[in-house]
Amino acid sequence: MAINQTMTAELFFQQVPYILPEITLAAGALIIMLIGAFMGDKGARLVTWLCVATMLAAGAMAVLHMPPEQVVVFSGSYAADGFSAYAKLIIALTASSALLLSIDFLAEKKLDKPEFPVLALLATLGMFIMVSAHDLIALYVGVEMQSLALYVLAAYARDDAKSSEAGLKYFVLGALSSGLLLYGCSLVYGFTGSVNFDVIAAQVAGERSIGVVFGLVFILCGLAFKMSAAPFHMWTPDVYEGSPTVSTAFFASAPKVAASVLFARVCFEAFGPLQKDWLGIVIIMAVLSMAIGALFALQQTNVKRLLAYSSIANMGYALVAIACGPEFGPKALLVFVSIYAITSVGLFGVVLSLRNAEGERVETISALSGLSRSNPLLASALTMLLFSVMGIPPLAGFFGKWEVILATSASGLLPMAIVLILASVVSAFYYLRIIKTVWFDEPRIAMVPVGASTTLTLTGATFVLAALTLVIGLVGSAASIAGAGFH
Amino acid sequence: MDMLPILSILTWLPAVAAVLILLLPQIIKSPEAARANAARWIALVTTVIVFGLALWMTLAFDETKAGYQFVERADWYGMIQYHLGIDGISVLLILLTAFLMPLCILASWTSIEKRVVEYMAAFLILQTLMIGVFCALDIVLFYIFFEAGLIPMYLIIGIWGGKNRVYAAYKFFLYTLLGSLFLLIAIAWMAITAKTTSIPDLQAFEFAKDAQTWLWLAFFASFAVKMPMWPVHTWLPDAHVEAPTAGSVILAGVLLKMGGYGFLRFSLPMFPEASNDFAPFIFALSGIAIVYTSLVAFRQTDIKKLIAYSSVAHMGFVTMGIFSGNEQGIQGAMFQMLSHGVISGALFLCVGVIYDRMHTREIAQYGGLVNRMPIYAAVFLLFTMGNVGLPGTSGFVGEILTMQGAFNVDPVTAMVAASGVILSAAYMLTLYRKVIFGVIVNPALNTITDMNAREILIFVPLIAAALYLGFQPNLIFDQTATSAVALVDAFHANFK
Repeated sequence: MAINQTMTAELFFQQVPYILPEITLAAGALIIMLIGAFMGDKGARLVTWLCVATMLAAGAMAVLHMPPEQVVVFSGSYAADGFSAYAKLIIALTASSALLLSIDFLAEKKLDKPEFPVLALLATLGMFIMVSAHDLIALYVGVEMQSLALYVLAAYARDDAKSSEAGLKYFVLGALSSGLLLYGCSLVYGFTGSVNFDVIAAQVAGERSIGVVFGLVFILCGLAFKMSAAPFHMWTPDVYEGSPTVSTAFFASAPKVAASVLFARVCFEAFGPLQKDWLGIVIIMAVLSMAIGALFALQQTNVKRLLAYSSIANMGYALVAIACGPEFGPKALLVFVSIYAITSVGLFGVVLSLRNAEGERVETISALSGLSRSNPLLASALTMLLFSVMGIPPLAGFFGKWEVILATSASGLLPMAIVLILASVVSAFYYLRIIKTVWFDEPRIAMVPVGASTTLTLTGATFVLAALTLVIGLVGSAASIAGAGFH
Repeated sequence: MDMLPILSILTWLPAVAAVLILLLPQIIKSPEAARANAARWIALVTTVIVFGLALWMTLAFDETKAGYQFVERADWYGMIQYHLGIDGISVLLILLTAFLMPLCILASWTSIEKRVVEYMAAFLILQTLMIGVFCALDIVLFYIFFEAGLIPMYLIIGIWGGKNRVYAAYKFFLYTLLGSLFLLIAIAWMAITAKTTSIPDLQAFEFAKDAQTWLWLAFFASFAVKMPMWPVHTWLPDAHVEAPTAGSVILAGVLLKMGGYGFLRFSLPMFPEASNDFAPFIFALSGIAIVYTSLVAFRQTDIKKLIAYSSVAHMGFVTMGIFSGNEQGIQGAMFQMLSHGVISGALFLCVGVIYDRMHTREIAQYGGLVNRMPIYAAVFLLFTMGNVGLPGTSGFVGEILTMQGAFNVDPVTAMVAASGVILSAAYMLTLYRKVIFGVIVNPALNTITDMNAREILIFVPLIAAALYLGFQPNLIFDQTATSAVALVDAFHANFK
């Protein structure tokens, strides 16, 4: 604990190693932006690769510098622990693969400018801050940094009305939720006299004032919006559909990890003693997300909208893990969201590869008809990813759900497990519909071969997923070490 | 014991072959026919090798011991272990799986023309999963094999099935998924409570009485759908009708047995008190299944659907035998499962033979086949009699024993079940008369040809098995006796 210590130069340099990943990202973003500015649009490809390298380096650093116990630095505002290190690694991996997916797509749309990768890098920095935030200021800075970069990514296709609309929608609703978040923070600060998670926890453990509970509700609502959990999910389908697909691929993976991990940290660390108060909220959000995600997806014809609802449902499962409390929740949450995020990148890789005979990109489910004939490899990858997200063993997605169900059993929340499986069965129906279109229907259109970097990422995501099944023990023990910090 | 990891080899060899087959398009660029042939031969050779290994394993199996044999154990994921082993209950089910697979491959030799590579790979993966189910000694590992089987079966029905295949594939998948997810919750709860996922340890663990009740119901939800028991059997006729012939054979021959195996492996030993409490419930459902589905079978106009309903009725004998909780009942249920695997598999193959020629399964389209297909008529007759339960065929032994077992506990159900034997004679003989006897009315049948050498080759082992088991049932009982007695003793030990 380094809370009321005066910051000296010596102390500062002692603490720097713990934020090395963030420094790398920030410095990298600035330098790469300059490179982009000097080279102009023709440097876009180089800049993308540099950003990918920076992300991976930052992720690796987070793991290599992982302290054995939680260390709180910079006057208690920033936590370095296994929980955040694991989340950072997953964020770095999924964000960089989503970025790799963008190369072909943006070049084809003549949108290959250096801004895209740099913005993605800045969003990643925001996510790193989110998962390590240990006071309300760092929390807000992280969330905003991530969100602002994502608003621009949503509106990135400037000449496309749908993309601009998506960006505007995302921004307006996002600003509202940031307002809620900030208002909640101010209430909590006002009633506890501190922004630090440990101090808040100590305060609320002693005396539970209604003002703090109000603040807690506002904070959770704001975070639920970032996580796209129901009832704050309205923006998700529209933004997913309208944004350029590469931006959607980015939204759907790493930010979900960051938001759910931050959500867990706020619940467990800052408001641990108020578990009775937040448990009800989390359970309602979880049930609503699972129900809305499962039921509304049934009617979708656009793959991106379908995946938007699927992500809402999956965030519902993540909330179930959070509801299981600090003892059983963290491991389940980490295993679940990491597998989900990787699957998600893979699924968007497939969506990015869909074209009709004229080479135009298509996004409807019916465009997948007979994919198994025209492109068996793509079809097999898609099928595997879908069975995984459905949670059918032996694919990795099963282990995510298994961990969540195990956690509900351990924490006595079995009814949540029943809701979870009912939602899974309903969701299985629409995932199966895609598989049916791919395998059982006759091909309507010929498919054009996909670009090299897309193939690379897609193969990578599928391979990682397949390999995860074999080394799932490793993921499990990493996650249980990572999640152990809370109890 | 043995140093050779025979169970792992049996389980994974088909999967390795499947991967090899899937790589064929990379190896043999053209023509497609060569690729298809290579896939067929790889599949056939693999399944024959697996059968040989399974046979060797059965002979090496020491039937005098009650515990698990050929055990393999390694850490895998948390408390979940890669833990395999067999006892008298599972050894013959593995043999049955290995026995039916080469026949399925042969039956699909010419009837599957499109996407042969994927078809053969799906079947081999299915074989891996089926054998895995029967030798898994870790409950989560069991669940993984059990549930993963949905994927290849969904694709087999959906890609190579009949007209209404998509509907049938969905129904099969979602029905089974819903059932098994309740099983998953129960497994998670047991893992947390007992702090182990090893099946032998869980069998020794004593669950509290009220916990047993809901756990039993969760397991029942899954196994009753798989079995299938009345009233959750409705997916089966659809799946059977739409599946390709070999898919039906595997479905009836092996996949349905997973339900019965589950009751024997989990419900009875792990929740003895709940099993005892629910036995009257099971008896009622079994009685209804036997009578009601027999009557439904009688009304069918589609041959495959008729046999599918008859499968549900025959599975009623199995559940009745299992929950009678005595040695006759359990031995009879084991026998009935194996015998039904052979006989219903053979019946579906019989339907396949004429379907390949006429492309219809409507009973009304046939008649007078004996004039054109004498060999076929004889083979079909044999399995019709087997399905009816004529003494001398394997069908008789299982039915009489399960009824005897049930009679000791609940004479009324046994009597109801006995009437099912008469009903099965009624619908099977009617079917046989309509399809085989009489004069040829449908002109399309005038050119139909009798079975060819490949088809006869498929039926020879099935005929041998049906008759041999009918005359020498001890072949089975010797293998299962020790395990069945141990199961019954452990079951009754709870009530003394």
